[in-house]
Amino acid sequence: MGTYIVRRLLQMIPVVIGATFIIFVMVFALPGDPLAGKCGERPCPAAYVQKFTEEHNLNDPVPIRYVKYMGAIAKGDFGTTYQGQKVSDELLRRYPITVRLSVIAIVFELVLGVVAGVLAGIRRGKFIDNLVLVSTLVIIAIPTFVIGSVSQTLFGIKLGWVKPTVSSAATWSELMLPGMVLGAISLAYVARLTRTNLVENLRADYVRTAIAKGLTRRRTIGLHTLRNSLIPVVTFVGADFGALLGGAIITERIFNIQGVGGYIVRGITAHDGVAVVGAVTILVLVYLFMNLIVDLLYGVLDPRISHD
Amino acid sequence: MNHEQATPTAAYQPVNGRLLEVEDLHVEFHTRDGVARAINGVSFTLDAGETLAILGESGSGKSVTAQAIMGILDMPPAKIPAGAIRYCGQDLLTMPEEQRRKTRGPEISMIFQDALSSLNPVFPVGWQIAEMFRMHRGMNKSDAKEQALRLMQRVQIPAAKERINSYPHQFSGGMRQRIMIAMAIALDPAVLIADEPTTALDVTVQAQIMNLLHDLQEERQMGLILITHDLGVVADVADRIAVMYAGRLVEKADILPIYAHPAHPYTKGLLDSIPRLDQKGQTLRAIAGLPPNLLRIPEGCAFNPRCYLAQDVCHRDLPSLREVAPGRWSACHFAEEVLDV
Repeated sequence: MGTYIVRRLLQMIPVVIGATFIIFVMVFALPGDPLAGKCGERPCPAAYVQKFTEEHNLNDPVPIRYVKYMGAIAKGDFGTTYQGQKVSDELLRRYPITVRLSVIAIVFELVLGVVAGVLAGIRRGKFIDNLVLVSTLVIIAIPTFVIGSVSQTLFGIKLGWVKPTVSSAATWSELMLPGMVLGAISLAYVARLTRTNLVENLRADYVRTAIAKGLTRRRTIGLHTLRNSLIPVVTFVGADFGALLGGAIITERIFNIQGVGGYIVRGITAHDGVAVVGAVTILVLVYLFMNLIVDLLYGVLDPRISHD
Repeated sequence: MNHEQATPTAAYQPVNGRLLEVEDLHVEFHTRDGVARAINGVSFTLDAGETLAILGESGSGKSVTAQAIMGILDMPPAKIPAGAIRYCGQDLLTMPEEQRRKTRGPEISMIFQDALSSLNPVFPVGWQIAEMFRMHRGMNKSDAKEQALRLMQRVQIPAAKERINSYPHQFSGGMRQRIMIAMAIALDPAVLIADEPTTALDVTVQAQIMNLLHDLQEERQMGLILITHDLGVVADVADRIAVMYAGRLVEKADILPIYAHPAHPYTKGLLDSIPRLDQKGQTLRAIAGLPPNLLRIPEGCAFNPRCYLAQDVCHRDLPSLREVAPGRWSACHFAEEVLDV
């Protein structure tokens, strides 16, 4: 187990270097002069140009700039945007919001998805099963921006149950509706995944054994079958959590949430390479760690998988 | 060993030593292609301390019979349109489900062919055995685990103490089957059904498992139903034998006479198809043809398309199971001729 984790952590190094290098090169290959318009109508004074160029290593070739940049990141300095804003400050402010939003989405999709999936699975072919199958299909078919805009209009404006947009504080209660919108499609997948696995496992020999042992139906399904059926569901949700922590561009935009997704989009449109690369580096790391956790969780949930 | 004899609990007392009575049992499966009649009127009895072997090819209905007794058929698609299964005089088929559930484990228990898939992969073996004591006897976790350990030692699992927290996949096939057995006998059932318990095992391990089952059966005076397609396996342990074909009993007798003088052409065919050391080099005599499709069982005797004795009457009339000699029952129009050969 220990050596497995070390090996996985070592494997992350080339992945992080490769991913960030590609992003770095692509972002700084975009045409545009970061000094343009910096000093109003006039061209900037020579002294300022020199200082700015030095600060951002603009005269170095791209590989050198990349090495210098990564060196700074290793020391905890994620760089300063061309506007003079520290990337780390902005990420520290925005990341907790993205985390809160992701947690709401995950809890929502996991709890409701599993409940719907189990209900459908144990009543296969009955009304509830068809209801779950049709409604999840509808959710999967509708794009997030439609679900988001409609629920914002309906619950935020028409019914007035929630505030239509999120304040900069982005409290848990304000993020409820956006979180549900964000988790809706994954909820549909979780429900279907749970149902399929449950139906399949209900035919398994060990379930027949559980019945032959004289266990109650509740215990046979709720413990013996569900414990096995949830292994793929948990790993799906784990990977989904990693993806959600990368920011939710559409949902953040609809509900005016100050998360990391919007930050990256703004960085891209503003040609602010430092902001984009800094944020994406963090996202790559978070995603890789989430994947490691999911793989470790897999071993815990399924004793047949060994990490030795 | 600290265990009670296999006397059924107060609610269930065998009548004159009789544990189980299966009477005119019918089971059918409703499929898209039609109704598959898997069991068509099977009757037999089982006494305490007795081993009954049920023999037949795949699809003969032997496993379905076991599952019907155990109450683990999937219904639907399965349906039991007629018949009775009486345990200590009480019909299991008409019993309320909750009452019947409580008979599974303490009264009637079952072990399956493939122990790897029949044990839950995500729980330790000791936990799975202990679950019997926790759920049926209300024992706490540590007491139940103590009992599980004793059972693992009883079924001769080496280093049971160290292995009690291991998972099914960490055991060999023979050891897994021992765990299945430990789980099935945990609550001292009066009836144990073993559905092809050695089919998935090596020949050497088969003998060990059969001996273990035989010892446990004698020690606890259980009624044992041994389901198999292998005549060789049951010769040493069974008292009586019932041969099934296309969902019916075709022959029923004590174990020894059936080997010497089968009273049904099908049994004779089965015996002839056992490879024998003294006939090395000769072609194995298999029974020609295949078992019938249960959706379209032939008119008359179901065995007639494969039978070397088949006459007009075999295509027309269904032979009933009749006593052709003392203690010898056969469902063949020409049972006497077969016996004389």
